[in-house]
Amino acid sequence: MTTALSIRSLKKVYSNGFEALKGINLDVEEGDFFALLGPNGAGKSTTISVICSLALKSAGSIRIFEHDIDNDFSAAKKCIGIVPQEFNFNQFEKVYDIVANQGGYFGLPRALSEQRTEKYLKQLGLWDKRNDTSRSLSGGMKRRLMIARALIHEPKLLILDEPTAGVDIELRRSMWAFLKEINAQGTTIILTTHYLEEAESLCRNIAIIDKGEIVEHTSIKSLLQRLDKETLIFDLKNELTATPVFEKCESTLIDSFTLEVVVSKEHSLNYVFGCLNEQGIQVTSMRNKSNRLEELFLSLVENDKG
Amino acid sequence: MTLQEQWIALSTIIRKEIVRFMRIWVQTLIPPVITVTLYFVIFGKLIGSRIGEMGGFSYVEFVVPGLIMMSIITNSYGNVVSSFFSVKFQKSIEEVLVSPTPNYIILFGYVFGGVIRGLLVGIIVTAVSLFFTTLTINNLPVTIGIVILTAIVFSLAGFFNALFARNFDDISIIPTFVLTPLTYLGGVFYSIKLLPEFWQGVSQLNPVLYMVNAFRYGILGTSDINVTSAFIGVMVFIVILSSACLYLLSHGTRLRS
Repeated sequence: MTTALSIRSLKKVYSNGFEALKGINLDVEEGDFFALLGPNGAGKSTTISVICSLALKSAGSIRIFEHDIDNDFSAAKKCIGIVPQEFNFNQFEKVYDIVANQGGYFGLPRALSEQRTEKYLKQLGLWDKRNDTSRSLSGGMKRRLMIARALIHEPKLLILDEPTAGVDIELRRSMWAFLKEINAQGTTIILTTHYLEEAESLCRNIAIIDKGEIVEHTSIKSLLQRLDKETLIFDLKNELTATPVFEKCESTLIDSFTLEVVVSKEHSLNYVFGCLNEQGIQVTSMRNKSNRLEELFLSLVENDKG
Repeated sequence: MTLQEQWIALSTIIRKEIVRFMRIWVQTLIPPVITVTLYFVIFGKLIGSRIGEMGGFSYVEFVVPGLIMMSIITNSYGNVVSSFFSVKFQKSIEEVLVSPTPNYIILFGYVFGGVIRGLLVGIIVTAVSLFFTTLTINNLPVTIGIVILTAIVFSLAGFFNALFARNFDDISIIPTFVLTPLTYLGGVFYSIKLLPEFWQGVSQLNPVLYMVNAFRYGILGTSDINVTSAFIGVMVFIVILSSACLYLLSHGTRLRS
């Protein structure tokens, strides 16, 4: 299988001396749905900016579908579509023109560019807004506009930098469905996000970056297998006055109707329910205290701080 | 990118530029026409009738070529500096920077946009001037050649200014403190032969003087300077400015972090 993105020893030092990337290595396979996670200021956006040549690298190499971004920049750039974190289109330009012109910058004949503009604006629910200026769009529409613009040259690699930031749940779900669809059609996707639920439900592989270094680079599945305990919240049917005792698990009574239990990997949920049954405690619902990936993410980033 | 793809990218930038200045035509096309019309009325008719002849022509005949050239200079410069700084400020320049469009196509696209606006304003101002005087063209190739080359020089200068600008003050400093004095002292309103010898020498350091006089030669057949040296000077400026702009673009100066 072809490598969609190959980064070797990538360094970025800004003019003020800040070392944003400290020689990272990263590989993303063709067809992957890949998450690049990290806390604020970790180097995610810098990595993306360097890949898209919006920032100049200090050292290292980047290959996009085997095209070196220094020696074969035209072919490399044709493979990439970028959806940046901040809105970066002309606020006074019409929605239609923004997308159609982007096709022109990639050398698409006008007729083809206009045909694809119609296709993607319709797919992303923006066709009715095509003659409006971009500043009149809502935040969610602006995000979708940037996705349509990034897809106009039908790139093999789509990079989205926090595409669902500030987007309501309904729209976020519809964007997930759209991204899953284009990934299924063969487009490799790299996503940065703060919503770890998003990464868990969409992505197959993951890299975690912290302080300019990759601290984890694996599949989501194998990462989740490393989770040695989970914290579960039980909503109770009847009021409790004392914390029930579990021999092999920690438990805390949050309030008289809510119980928190930390279940380690070697114990099954059957054990917990067995204990609850024995003590006559009836459960109405159960959920994870936090996203499973979030717990791992925090432990990896915390470890790195240590 | 293939040559055909580069042509598509270039025509896209030019089309976008034309759409931009035509969309705001009240700000881009009308003000220069009103300003120059006032010059025609005040300097050409009211004051000019008392001045008498200048360089063997009535004063209004003398100032018209200078005023046409002045509007071409300010509009070609103003179009590129405001348009390119605006896309830089709004970050929409990233649309082009992430694409395979080569730097020289980006530069040519914006420069062509500036040239087209400069020429369009020049044509409108010329049409208005016909209400105040009659225009006969003495040398058509010189007239067209110097107009196009001057528009290119000032479009390039506008691009250079916009590349360096960090805020809106930076794009008004050059027009206010450099461009306006050079234009007003560049022989638009007077022949430098009226000046003492020392100031005639100083005036010859002003590049605008060569452009205005070459254009005046094209229209009236009279000039304070050698027209050939004007063309050479303008070409040298084009080479220097375009090289500087391409150098800055290739290094991502003030565009890429």
